[in-house]
Amino acid sequence: MIETQNITKRLGGRTVVDDVSFRVEPGTIMGFLGPNGAGKTTTLRMLTGLSAPDGGRALVLGGSYRELPNPGRRVGVLLDASAQHDGRRGREALAVSAQIMGVDPLRIDGLLDLVGLDRSAAGKRVRQYSLGMRQRLGIAHALLGDPEVLILDEPANGLDPPGMRWMRELLRDFANRGGTVLLSSHLLHEVEALADRLVIIDLGRVVAQGTRDELLSGKGTRVRADDEPALRAALTAANLNLRPSDEGGFVVDAEPTDVGRAALAGGVVLNQLGPSDGLEELFFNLTAKEAA
Amino acid sequence: MSASTIALDAPLSRDRSSRPGLSRLAGVELRKMVDTRAGFWVQLGVLGLMVTFAILSAVIGRAEDHTLHGILVAAVWPAYALLPVVGILLVSSEWSQRTTLITFALVPQRSRVLVAKLSAAVALACTSFFVALGIAALVTAISSPGIPGTWSLSGIVLGQTLVLLVAAMVMGLGYGSMLLSSAPAIVLSFVLPLGWSALASIHALNGAARWLDGSKSFAPLVDHVMNMTEWARVGTTLAVWLLVPLTIGLWRIRRSEVG
Repeated sequence: MIETQNITKRLGGRTVVDDVSFRVEPGTIMGFLGPNGAGKTTTLRMLTGLSAPDGGRALVLGGSYRELPNPGRRVGVLLDASAQHDGRRGREALAVSAQIMGVDPLRIDGLLDLVGLDRSAAGKRVRQYSLGMRQRLGIAHALLGDPEVLILDEPANGLDPPGMRWMRELLRDFANRGGTVLLSSHLLHEVEALADRLVIIDLGRVVAQGTRDELLSGKGTRVRADDEPALRAALTAANLNLRPSDEGGFVVDAEPTDVGRAALAGGVVLNQLGPSDGLEELFFNLTAKEAA
Repeated sequence: MSASTIALDAPLSRDRSSRPGLSRLAGVELRKMVDTRAGFWVQLGVLGLMVTFAILSAVIGRAEDHTLHGILVAAVWPAYALLPVVGILLVSSEWSQRTTLITFALVPQRSRVLVAKLSAAVALACTSFFVALGIAALVTAISSPGIPGTWSLSGIVLGQTLVLLVAAMVMGLGYGSMLLSSAPAIVLSFVLPLGWSALASIHALNGAARWLDGSKSFAPLVDHVMNMTEWARVGTTLAVWLLVPLTIGLWRIRRSEVG
Protein backbone atom coordinates (compact mmCIF):
# COMPACT_ATOMS: atom_id res chain seq x y z
CA MET A 1 0.00 0.00 0.00
CA ILE A 2 1.07 3.56 -0.70
CA GLU A 3 -0.28 6.60 1.08
CA THR A 4 0.54 10.26 1.24
CA GLN A 5 -0.98 12.34 4.03
CA ASN A 6 -0.97 16.06 3.29
CA ILE A 7 2.62 16.02 2.08
CA THR A 8 4.18 19.34 1.28
CA LYS A 9 7.59 20.19 -0.12
CA ARG A 10 9.23 23.56 -0.62
CA LEU A 11 12.26 23.86 -2.86
CA GLY A 12 14.03 27.15 -3.42
CA GLY A 13 11.24 29.17 -1.78
CA ARG A 14 8.56 27.66 -3.99
CA THR A 15 5.97 25.14 -2.83
CA VAL A 16 6.33 22.36 -5.40
CA VAL A 17 4.09 19.87 -3.61
CA ASP A 18 1.22 21.36 -1.64
CA ASP A 19 -0.88 19.29 0.76
CA VAL A 20 -1.14 16.21 -1.47
CA SER A 21 -3.09 13.23 -0.10
CA PHE A 22 -3.91 10.01 -1.88
CA ARG A 23 -3.92 6.31 -1.21
CA VAL A 24 -3.17 3.32 -3.44
CA GLU A 25 -4.61 -0.01 -2.30
CA PRO A 26 -3.06 -3.40 -3.10
CA GLY A 27 -4.34 -4.85 -6.36
CA THR A 28 -4.78 -1.46 -8.01
CA ILE A 29 -2.88 0.67 -10.48
CA MET A 30 -2.92 4.36 -9.69
CA GLY A 31 -2.13 6.80 -12.46
CA PHE A 32 -0.46 9.98 -11.23
CA LEU A 33 -1.12 12.63 -13.83
CA GLY A 34 -0.08 16.19 -14.30
CA PRO A 35 1.70 18.51 -16.70
CA ASN A 36 5.49 18.76 -16.54
CA GLY A 37 6.57 20.54 -13.39
CA ALA A 38 3.35 19.76 -11.51
CA GLY A 39 5.23 18.08 -8.64
CA LYS A 40 4.84 14.40 -9.60
CA THR A 41 8.52 13.54 -9.47
CA THR A 42 9.04 15.36 -6.17
CA THR A 43 6.13 13.43 -4.67
CA LEU A 44 7.58 10.11 -5.84
CA ARG A 45 10.99 11.08 -4.41
CA MET A 46 9.39 11.77 -1.05
CA LEU A 47 7.65 8.39 -1.16
CA THR A 48 10.95 6.62 -1.81
CA GLY A 49 12.88 8.39 0.94
CA LEU A 50 15.09 10.39 -1.42
CA SER A 51 13.65 13.70 -0.35
CA ALA A 52 12.24 14.66 3.04
CA PRO A 53 8.76 16.24 3.14
CA ASP A 54 8.48 19.64 4.83
CA GLY A 55 5.03 18.64 6.07
CA GLY A 56 2.79 15.60 6.11
CA ARG A 57 3.74 11.95 5.83
CA ALA A 58 4.66 9.65 2.97
CA LEU A 59 3.94 6.01 3.73
CA VAL A 60 4.82 2.84 1.86
CA LEU A 61 3.60 -0.51 3.21
CA GLY A 62 2.35 1.23 6.32
CA GLY A 63 5.54 2.99 7.31
CA SER A 64 8.27 5.29 6.13
CA TYR A 65 10.24 3.97 3.15
CA ARG A 66 13.52 4.72 4.94
CA GLU A 67 12.55 2.33 7.75
CA LEU A 68 12.32 -0.65 5.38
CA PRO A 69 15.32 -2.88 6.14
CA ASN A 70 15.87 -4.00 2.56
CA PRO A 71 13.60 -1.72 0.51
CA GLY A 72 14.50 -3.20 -2.89
CA ARG A 73 12.86 -6.47 -1.83
CA ARG A 74 9.54 -4.82 -0.99
CA VAL A 75 9.29 -1.82 -3.33
CA GLY A 76 10.37 -1.66 -6.98
CA VAL A 77 11.40 1.85 -7.96
CA LEU A 78 12.03 3.43 -11.36
CA LEU A 79 12.48 7.16 -11.01
CA ASP A 80 14.56 7.98 -14.07
CA ALA A 81 15.56 5.46 -16.71
CA SER A 82 18.49 7.69 -17.69
CA ALA A 83 19.96 7.50 -14.21
CA GLN A 84 22.28 4.59 -14.92
CA HIS A 85 26.06 4.70 -15.24
CA ASP A 86 26.75 5.13 -18.97
CA GLY A 87 29.87 3.00 -18.85
CA ARG A 88 28.25 -0.02 -17.19
CA ARG A 89 26.77 -2.90 -19.16
CA GLY A 90 23.01 -3.37 -18.82
CA ARG A 91 23.32 -6.79 -17.28
CA GLU A 92 25.97 -5.59 -14.85
CA ALA A 93 23.72 -2.72 -13.71
CA LEU A 94 21.16 -5.33 -12.64
CA ALA A 95 23.84 -7.52 -11.08
CA VAL A 96 25.11 -4.66 -8.88
CA SER A 97 21.63 -4.03 -7.49
CA ALA A 98 20.97 -7.76 -7.10
CA GLN A 99 24.09 -7.95 -4.96
CA ILE A 100 22.92 -5.07 -2.74
CA MET A 101 19.48 -6.65 -2.26
CA GLY A 102 20.77 -10.18 -1.85
CA VAL A 103 18.85 -11.43 -4.87
CA ASP A 104 20.09 -14.55 -6.64
CA PRO A 105 21.83 -13.39 -9.85
CA LEU A 106 20.10 -16.26 -11.69
CA ARG A 107 16.97 -14.12 -11.60
CA ILE A 108 18.56 -11.57 -13.93
CA ASP A 109 18.29 -13.68 -17.10
CA GLY A 110 14.58 -14.26 -16.59
CA LEU A 111 14.00 -10.55 -16.09
CA LEU A 112 16.00 -9.59 -19.17
CA ASP A 113 13.81 -11.99 -21.18
CA LEU A 114 10.70 -10.58 -19.59
CA VAL A 115 11.50 -6.99 -20.55
CA GLY A 116 12.71 -7.99 -24.00
CA LEU A 117 16.42 -7.19 -23.75
CA ASP A 118 18.25 -9.97 -25.55
CA ARG A 119 21.73 -11.24 -24.78
CA SER A 120 23.50 -8.77 -27.07
CA ALA A 121 21.53 -5.79 -25.73
CA ALA A 122 22.20 -6.85 -22.13
CA GLY A 123 25.93 -7.00 -22.90
CA LYS A 124 26.04 -3.48 -24.28
CA ARG A 125 27.02 -0.46 -22.22
CA VAL A 126 24.08 1.67 -21.17
CA ARG A 127 25.58 4.59 -23.14
CA GLN A 128 24.49 2.78 -26.33
CA TYR A 129 20.92 2.23 -25.14
CA SER A 130 17.96 4.04 -26.66
CA LEU A 131 15.50 5.63 -24.26
CA GLY A 132 13.14 2.69 -24.82
CA MET A 133 15.90 0.20 -23.91
CA ARG A 134 16.79 2.20 -20.80
CA GLN A 135 13.13 2.15 -19.85
CA ARG A 136 13.04 -1.65 -20.24
CA LEU A 137 16.20 -2.01 -18.19
CA GLY A 138 14.62 0.25 -15.56
CA ILE A 139 11.49 -1.93 -15.39
CA ALA A 140 13.65 -5.04 -15.03
CA HIS A 141 15.52 -3.23 -12.25
CA ALA A 142 12.27 -2.35 -10.48
CA LEU A 143 11.12 -6.00 -10.62
CA LEU A 144 14.49 -7.38 -9.51
CA GLY A 145 13.66 -7.79 -5.83
CA ASP A 146 10.23 -9.37 -6.50
CA PRO A 147 8.49 -6.40 -4.85
CA GLU A 148 4.93 -5.97 -3.62
CA VAL A 149 4.83 -2.30 -4.60
CA LEU A 150 5.95 -0.55 -7.79
CA ILE A 151 6.66 3.19 -7.97
CA LEU A 152 7.38 4.24 -11.56
CA ASP A 153 8.04 7.76 -12.83
CA GLU A 154 7.04 8.17 -16.49
CA PRO A 155 7.65 4.48 -17.30
CA ALA A 156 6.01 4.74 -20.73
CA ASN A 157 8.36 7.50 -21.85
CA GLY A 158 10.21 6.34 -24.96
CA LEU A 159 8.31 3.07 -25.36
CA ASP A 160 6.88 2.24 -28.78
CA PRO A 161 3.23 1.07 -29.08
CA PRO A 162 4.11 -2.65 -28.69
CA GLY A 163 6.22 -1.68 -25.68
CA MET A 164 3.31 0.22 -24.19
CA ARG A 165 1.06 -2.75 -24.69
CA TRP A 166 3.61 -5.08 -23.14
CA MET A 167 3.93 -2.81 -20.11
CA ARG A 168 0.17 -2.59 -19.73
CA GLU A 169 -0.06 -6.38 -19.56
CA LEU A 170 2.87 -6.62 -17.20
CA LEU A 171 1.47 -4.08 -14.73
CA ARG A 172 -2.06 -5.50 -14.94
CA ASP A 173 -0.68 -8.94 -14.16
CA PHE A 174 1.32 -7.50 -11.27
CA ALA A 175 -1.75 -5.78 -9.81
CA ASN A 176 -3.94 -8.87 -10.34
CA ARG A 177 -1.54 -10.82 -8.17
CA GLY A 178 -2.09 -8.31 -5.38
CA GLY A 179 0.63 -5.80 -6.18
CA THR A 180 0.29 -2.06 -5.68
CA VAL A 181 1.30 0.21 -8.57
CA LEU A 182 1.79 3.97 -8.67
CA LEU A 183 2.91 5.36 -11.99
CA SER A 184 3.20 8.91 -13.19
CA SER A 185 2.74 10.39 -16.61
CA HIS A 186 2.26 13.76 -18.22
CA LEU A 187 0.24 12.14 -21.03
CA LEU A 188 -3.38 11.27 -20.35
CA HIS A 189 -3.67 8.59 -23.02
CA GLU A 190 -0.75 6.61 -21.68
CA VAL A 191 -2.44 6.29 -18.35
CA GLU A 192 -6.14 6.05 -19.08
CA ALA A 193 -5.84 2.56 -20.58
CA LEU A 194 -3.66 1.42 -17.69
CA ALA A 195 -4.84 2.84 -14.43
CA ASP A 196 -7.79 1.86 -12.24
CA ARG A 197 -7.64 5.11 -10.34
CA LEU A 198 -6.24 8.50 -11.18
CA VAL A 199 -4.83 11.43 -9.23
CA ILE A 200 -4.32 14.61 -11.19
CA ILE A 201 -2.08 17.32 -9.82
CA ASP A 202 -1.23 20.76 -11.06
CA LEU A 203 1.09 23.32 -9.48
CA GLY A 204 1.65 20.90 -6.61
CA ARG A 205 -2.02 20.51 -5.68
CA VAL A 206 -4.47 17.67 -6.30
CA VAL A 207 -7.10 18.90 -8.76
CA ALA A 208 -9.02 15.65 -9.22
CA GLN A 209 -8.93 12.08 -8.06
CA GLY A 210 -11.13 9.04 -8.33
CA THR A 211 -11.65 5.87 -10.32
CA ARG A 212 -11.03 6.05 -14.00
CA ASP A 213 -14.70 5.47 -14.74
CA GLU A 214 -15.80 8.26 -12.41
CA LEU A 215 -13.42 10.69 -14.01
CA LEU A 216 -13.84 9.59 -17.61
CA SER A 217 -17.60 9.29 -17.88
CA GLY A 218 -20.84 10.77 -16.59
CA LYS A 219 -19.85 14.22 -17.68
CA GLY A 220 -22.64 14.71 -20.22
CA THR A 221 -22.80 15.06 -23.97
CA ARG A 222 -20.76 17.21 -26.29
CA VAL A 223 -22.72 18.70 -29.18
CA ARG A 224 -21.85 21.09 -31.99
CA ALA A 225 -23.75 22.73 -34.79
CA ASP A 226 -22.96 25.24 -37.52
CA ASP A 227 -25.65 27.50 -36.13
CA GLU A 228 -24.68 27.70 -32.46
CA PRO A 229 -27.28 30.31 -31.37
CA ALA A 230 -30.05 28.13 -32.81
CA LEU A 231 -28.61 25.09 -31.02
CA ARG A 232 -28.51 26.99 -27.73
CA ALA A 233 -32.15 28.05 -28.19
CA ALA A 234 -33.26 24.48 -28.99
CA LEU A 235 -31.45 23.03 -25.96
CA THR A 236 -32.79 25.72 -23.65
CA ALA A 237 -36.31 25.14 -24.99
CA ALA A 238 -35.96 21.44 -24.04
CA ASN A 239 -34.99 22.50 -20.47
CA LEU A 240 -31.47 21.03 -20.72
CA ASN A 241 -28.51 22.31 -18.66
CA LEU A 242 -25.66 23.38 -20.90
CA ARG A 243 -22.34 25.13 -20.81
CA PRO A 244 -20.10 26.24 -23.65
CA SER A 245 -17.18 23.92 -24.36
CA ASP A 246 -13.62 25.19 -24.79
CA GLU A 247 -13.38 23.33 -28.07
CA GLY A 248 -16.56 24.85 -29.51
CA GLY A 249 -20.20 23.79 -29.14
CA PHE A 250 -21.71 22.86 -25.79
CA VAL A 251 -21.47 20.25 -23.06
CA VAL A 252 -24.99 19.23 -22.00
CA ASP A 253 -26.00 17.37 -18.82
CA ALA A 254 -28.10 14.79 -20.69
CA GLU A 255 -27.88 11.64 -22.77
CA PRO A 256 -27.01 12.04 -26.49
CA THR A 257 -30.53 10.81 -27.40
CA ASP A 258 -32.17 13.65 -25.47
CA VAL A 259 -29.84 16.19 -27.01
CA GLY A 260 -30.56 14.82 -30.50
CA ARG A 261 -34.30 14.96 -29.85
CA ALA A 262 -34.05 18.58 -28.67
CA ALA A 263 -32.08 19.48 -31.81
CA LEU A 264 -34.67 17.77 -33.99
CA ALA A 265 -37.48 19.65 -32.24
CA GLY A 266 -35.61 22.93 -32.84
CA GLY A 267 -34.79 22.02 -36.44
CA VAL A 268 -31.02 22.44 -35.90
CA VAL A 269 -28.51 20.52 -38.03
CA LEU A 270 -25.80 18.94 -35.81
CA ASN A 271 -22.28 18.33 -37.01
CA GLN A 272 -21.10 16.56 -33.84
CA LEU A 273 -22.82 14.59 -31.10
CA GLY A 274 -21.23 12.27 -28.56
CA PRO A 275 -20.24 11.66 -24.95
CA SER A 276 -18.12 14.41 -23.46
CA ASP A 277 -14.67 13.42 -22.20
CA GLY A 278 -14.60 15.24 -18.88
CA LEU A 279 -11.12 14.13 -17.92
CA GLU A 280 -9.68 15.07 -21.25
CA GLU A 281 -11.26 18.50 -20.97
CA LEU A 282 -9.84 18.97 -17.50
CA PHE A 283 -6.45 17.75 -18.57
CA PHE A 284 -6.54 19.81 -21.73
CA ASN A 285 -7.14 22.90 -19.63
CA LEU A 286 -4.17 22.09 -17.40
CA THR A 287 -1.76 21.50 -20.25
CA ALA A 288 -3.09 24.49 -22.18
CA LYS A 289 -2.39 26.64 -19.16
CA GLU A 290 1.14 25.27 -19.07
CA ALA A 291 1.69 26.11 -22.72
CA ALA A 292 0.35 29.65 -22.28
CA MET B 1 2.01 -13.71 -19.45
CA SER B 2 4.00 -16.93 -19.22
CA ALA B 3 7.24 -14.98 -19.49
CA SER B 4 6.51 -12.97 -16.39
CA THR B 5 5.54 -16.07 -14.45
CA ILE B 6 8.88 -17.66 -15.27
CA ALA B 7 10.83 -14.60 -14.25
CA LEU B 8 8.89 -13.97 -11.11
CA ASP B 9 9.22 -17.58 -10.01
CA ALA B 10 12.98 -17.51 -10.45
CA PRO B 11 14.96 -18.16 -7.30
CA LEU B 12 15.30 -15.50 -4.66
CA SER B 13 17.46 -15.82 -1.62
CA ARG B 14 15.98 -15.66 1.83
CA ASP B 15 16.92 -12.33 3.32
CA ARG B 16 13.89 -10.35 2.27
CA SER B 17 13.68 -8.44 5.50
CA SER B 18 17.29 -8.25 6.58
CA ARG B 19 19.36 -5.17 6.00
CA PRO B 20 22.26 -5.60 3.56
CA GLY B 21 25.38 -5.90 5.73
CA LEU B 22 28.31 -3.50 5.50
CA SER B 23 30.64 -6.16 4.11
CA ARG B 24 28.18 -6.84 1.30
CA LEU B 25 27.84 -3.12 0.58
CA ALA B 26 31.63 -2.71 0.61
CA GLY B 27 31.86 -5.61 -1.86
CA VAL B 28 29.36 -3.81 -4.09
CA GLU B 29 31.44 -0.63 -3.94
CA LEU B 30 34.60 -2.54 -4.92
CA ARG B 31 32.68 -4.04 -7.81
CA LYS B 32 31.50 -0.60 -8.92
CA MET B 33 35.13 0.59 -9.06
CA VAL B 34 36.00 -1.89 -11.81
CA ASP B 35 32.76 -2.71 -13.63
CA THR B 36 32.53 0.49 -15.67
CA ARG B 37 34.68 1.22 -18.68
CA ALA B 38 36.46 4.15 -16.99
CA GLY B 39 36.94 2.28 -13.72
CA PHE B 40 38.40 -0.75 -15.44
CA TRP B 41 40.94 1.25 -17.44
CA VAL B 42 42.02 3.37 -14.47
CA GLN B 43 42.79 0.22 -12.46
CA LEU B 44 44.62 -1.34 -15.39
CA GLY B 45 46.48 1.94 -15.94
CA VAL B 46 47.65 2.06 -12.31
CA LEU B 47 48.89 -1.53 -12.60
CA GLY B 48 50.70 -0.83 -15.87
CA LEU B 49 52.35 2.29 -14.46
CA MET B 50 53.47 0.42 -11.33
CA VAL B 51 55.24 -2.18 -13.46
CA THR B 52 56.74 0.49 -15.74
CA PHE B 53 58.00 2.63 -12.84
CA ALA B 54 59.45 -0.40 -11.05
CA ILE B 55 61.36 -1.51 -14.15
CA LEU B 56 62.58 2.01 -14.92
CA SER B 57 63.83 2.48 -11.36
CA ALA B 58 65.79 -0.78 -11.59
CA VAL B 59 67.41 0.25 -14.84
CA ILE B 60 68.09 3.96 -14.60
CA GLY B 61 69.14 6.21 -11.74
CA ARG B 62 71.79 5.72 -9.16
CA ALA B 63 73.02 2.17 -8.54
CA GLU B 64 72.53 2.41 -4.77
CA ASP B 65 68.78 2.96 -5.33
CA HIS B 66 68.39 -0.37 -7.13
CA THR B 67 67.21 -2.02 -3.93
CA LEU B 68 63.83 -3.45 -2.98
CA HIS B 69 63.18 -0.23 -1.07
CA GLY B 70 64.10 2.03 -3.98
CA ILE B 71 62.07 0.03 -6.45
CA LEU B 72 59.08 -0.16 -4.09
CA VAL B 73 59.06 3.64 -3.73
CA ALA B 74 58.94 3.89 -7.53
CA ALA B 75 56.19 1.27 -7.86
CA VAL B 76 54.05 2.94 -5.20
CA TRP B 77 54.24 6.36 -6.78
CA PRO B 78 51.63 5.85 -9.57
CA ALA B 79 49.19 4.46 -6.99
CA TYR B 80 49.84 7.45 -4.72
CA ALA B 81 49.12 9.82 -7.63
CA LEU B 82 46.06 8.05 -9.06
CA LEU B 83 44.26 6.46 -6.10
CA PRO B 84 42.91 9.87 -5.01
CA VAL B 85 41.20 10.13 -8.41
CA VAL B 86 39.69 6.68 -7.93
CA GLY B 87 38.49 7.79 -4.48
CA ILE B 88 36.98 10.98 -5.90
CA LEU B 89 35.13 9.13 -8.66
CA LEU B 90 33.86 6.53 -6.21
CA VAL B 91 31.63 9.23 -4.74
CA SER B 92 31.30 11.93 -7.40
CA SER B 93 30.40 9.60 -10.29
CA GLU B 94 27.24 8.60 -8.40
CA TRP B 95 26.23 12.24 -8.66
CA SER B 96 27.38 12.88 -12.23
CA GLN B 97 25.78 9.64 -13.49
CA ARG B 98 22.78 10.16 -11.17
CA THR B 99 23.02 6.62 -9.87
CA THR B 100 22.34 8.08 -6.40
CA LEU B 101 18.68 7.60 -7.35
CA ILE B 102 19.30 3.85 -7.36
CA THR B 103 21.90 3.60 -4.61
CA PHE B 104 19.96 5.60 -2.04
CA ALA B 105 16.64 4.01 -2.97
CA LEU B 106 18.18 0.61 -2.20
CA VAL B 107 20.13 1.81 0.85
CA PRO B 108 18.28 4.79 2.35
CA GLN B 109 20.78 5.17 5.21
CA ARG B 110 23.22 7.28 3.24
CA SER B 111 25.93 7.24 5.89
CA ARG B 112 26.04 3.45 5.49
CA VAL B 113 26.77 3.92 1.81
CA LEU B 114 29.62 6.30 2.66
CA VAL B 115 31.04 3.86 5.24
CA ALA B 116 30.85 1.09 2.61
CA LYS B 117 32.73 3.32 0.15
CA LEU B 118 35.35 4.08 2.83
CA SER B 119 35.83 0.37 3.52
CA ALA B 120 36.12 -0.38 -0.18
CA ALA B 121 38.64 2.47 -0.58
CA VAL B 122 40.81 1.11 2.25
CA ALA B 123 40.58 -2.39 0.76
CA LEU B 124 41.63 -1.15 -2.67
CA ALA B 125 44.53 0.88 -1.21
CA CYS B 126 45.74 -2.22 0.68
CA THR B 127 45.47 -4.32 -2.47
CA SER B 128 47.45 -1.71 -4.42
CA PHE B 129 50.13 -1.77 -1.73
CA PHE B 130 50.55 -5.53 -1.86
CA VAL B 131 50.54 -5.52 -5.66
CA ALA B 132 53.24 -2.80 -5.64
CA LEU B 133 55.26 -4.83 -3.12
CA GLY B 134 54.91 -7.95 -5.27
CA ILE B 135 55.98 -6.10 -8.41
CA ALA B 136 58.94 -4.51 -6.59
CA ALA B 137 60.07 -7.88 -5.20
CA LEU B 138 59.83 -9.51 -8.61
CA VAL B 139 61.72 -6.71 -10.35
CA THR B 140 64.37 -6.73 -7.62
CA ALA B 141 64.79 -10.49 -7.91
CA ILE B 142 65.12 -10.36 -11.68
CA SER B 143 67.53 -7.42 -11.76
CA SER B 144 69.44 -8.76 -8.69
CA PRO B 145 71.78 -5.79 -8.50
CA GLY B 146 74.07 -7.52 -6.01
CA ILE B 147 74.64 -4.46 -3.88
CA PRO B 148 74.70 -4.75 -0.08
CA GLY B 149 71.29 -4.32 1.59
CA THR B 150 69.32 -5.08 -1.57
CA TRP B 151 66.59 -6.85 0.39
CA SER B 152 66.77 -4.95 3.66
CA LEU B 153 63.56 -3.05 4.25
CA SER B 154 62.08 -2.27 7.65
CA GLY B 155 58.61 -3.62 8.38
CA ILE B 156 57.76 -0.24 9.85
CA VAL B 157 58.53 1.55 6.58
CA LEU B 158 56.35 -1.01 4.81
CA GLY B 159 53.54 -0.18 7.23
CA GLN B 160 54.11 3.54 6.68
CA THR B 161 53.91 3.00 2.92
CA LEU B 162 50.57 1.30 3.41
CA VAL B 163 49.43 4.30 5.49
CA LEU B 164 50.46 6.60 2.65
CA LEU B 165 48.34 4.79 0.05
CA VAL B 166 45.32 4.49 2.32
CA ALA B 167 45.60 8.19 3.21
CA ALA B 168 45.86 9.22 -0.45
CA MET B 169 42.84 7.16 -1.42
CA VAL B 170 40.67 8.32 1.47
CA MET B 171 41.67 11.96 0.90
CA GLY B 172 40.29 11.56 -2.63
CA LEU B 173 37.09 10.13 -1.20
CA GLY B 174 36.90 13.16 1.09
CA TYR B 175 37.29 15.65 -1.78
CA GLY B 176 34.70 13.77 -3.83
CA SER B 177 32.23 13.76 -0.92
CA MET B 178 32.78 17.41 -0.10
CA LEU B 179 32.34 18.65 -3.69
CA LEU B 180 30.04 15.91 -5.10
CA SER B 181 31.39 16.70 -8.53
CA SER B 182 34.28 15.02 -10.35
CA ALA B 183 36.08 17.83 -12.15
CA PRO B 184 36.43 20.35 -9.28
CA ALA B 185 37.48 17.59 -6.88
CA ILE B 186 40.17 16.28 -9.26
CA VAL B 187 41.40 19.81 -9.90
CA LEU B 188 41.54 20.47 -6.15
CA SER B 189 43.54 17.32 -5.50
CA PHE B 190 46.13 18.23 -8.12
CA VAL B 191 46.22 21.97 -7.56
CA LEU B 192 46.68 21.82 -3.78
CA PRO B 193 50.27 20.47 -3.88
CA LEU B 194 51.14 22.97 -6.63
CA GLY B 195 49.61 25.76 -4.59
CA TRP B 196 51.64 24.76 -1.57
CA SER B 197 54.91 24.72 -3.45
CA ALA B 198 54.09 28.21 -4.73
CA LEU B 199 53.19 29.41 -1.25
CA ALA B 200 56.21 27.73 0.32
CA SER B 201 58.46 30.03 -1.67
CA ILE B 202 57.18 32.73 0.66
CA HIS B 203 59.51 32.25 3.59
CA ALA B 204 56.93 32.82 6.32
CA LEU B 205 54.71 30.04 4.99
CA ASN B 206 57.44 27.48 4.65
CA GLY B 207 57.00 26.34 8.23
CA ALA B 208 53.26 25.89 7.84
CA ALA B 209 53.74 23.93 4.63
CA ARG B 210 55.72 21.28 6.46
CA TRP B 211 52.61 20.59 8.56
CA LEU B 212 49.88 21.12 5.99
CA ASP B 213 51.34 20.19 2.60
CA GLY B 214 50.95 16.46 2.03
CA SER B 215 53.67 16.37 -0.57
CA LYS B 216 56.09 17.47 2.19
CA SER B 217 54.67 15.88 5.33
CA PHE B 218 54.03 12.49 3.69
CA ALA B 219 57.50 12.20 2.12
CA PRO B 220 59.16 10.53 5.15
CA LEU B 221 56.51 7.79 5.20
CA VAL B 222 58.21 5.86 2.41
CA ASP B 223 61.72 6.97 3.32
CA HIS B 224 62.60 6.00 6.90
CA VAL B 225 61.13 5.05 10.28
CA MET B 226 59.48 8.30 11.32
CA ASN B 227 59.89 10.17 14.59
CA MET B 228 57.08 11.70 16.63
CA THR B 229 57.34 15.14 15.02
CA GLU B 230 57.00 13.61 11.58
CA TRP B 231 53.96 11.62 12.68
CA ALA B 232 52.47 14.79 14.15
CA ARG B 233 52.90 16.50 10.77
CA VAL B 234 51.21 13.59 8.96
CA GLY B 235 48.40 13.70 11.52
CA THR B 236 47.92 17.44 11.09
CA THR B 237 47.83 17.16 7.31
CA LEU B 238 45.28 14.35 7.52
CA ALA B 239 43.09 16.24 9.98
CA VAL B 240 42.90 19.22 7.65
CA TRP B 241 42.74 17.51 4.24
CA LEU B 242 40.99 14.27 5.14
CA LEU B 243 38.81 14.65 8.22
CA VAL B 244 37.44 18.09 7.39
CA PRO B 245 36.40 17.29 3.77
CA LEU B 246 35.00 13.92 4.82
CA THR B 247 32.94 15.50 7.60
CA ILE B 248 31.58 18.19 5.30
CA GLY B 249 30.95 15.46 2.71
CA LEU B 250 29.01 13.26 5.12
CA TRP B 251 26.86 16.22 6.08
CA ARG B 252 26.20 17.15 2.44
CA ILE B 253 25.47 13.58 1.36
CA ARG B 254 23.00 13.07 4.19
CA ARG B 255 21.01 16.19 3.54
CA SER B 256 21.26 16.70 -0.21
CA GLU B 257 18.21 16.42 -2.43
CA VAL B 258 18.88 13.54 -4.77
CA GLY B 259 17.92 14.07 -8.38
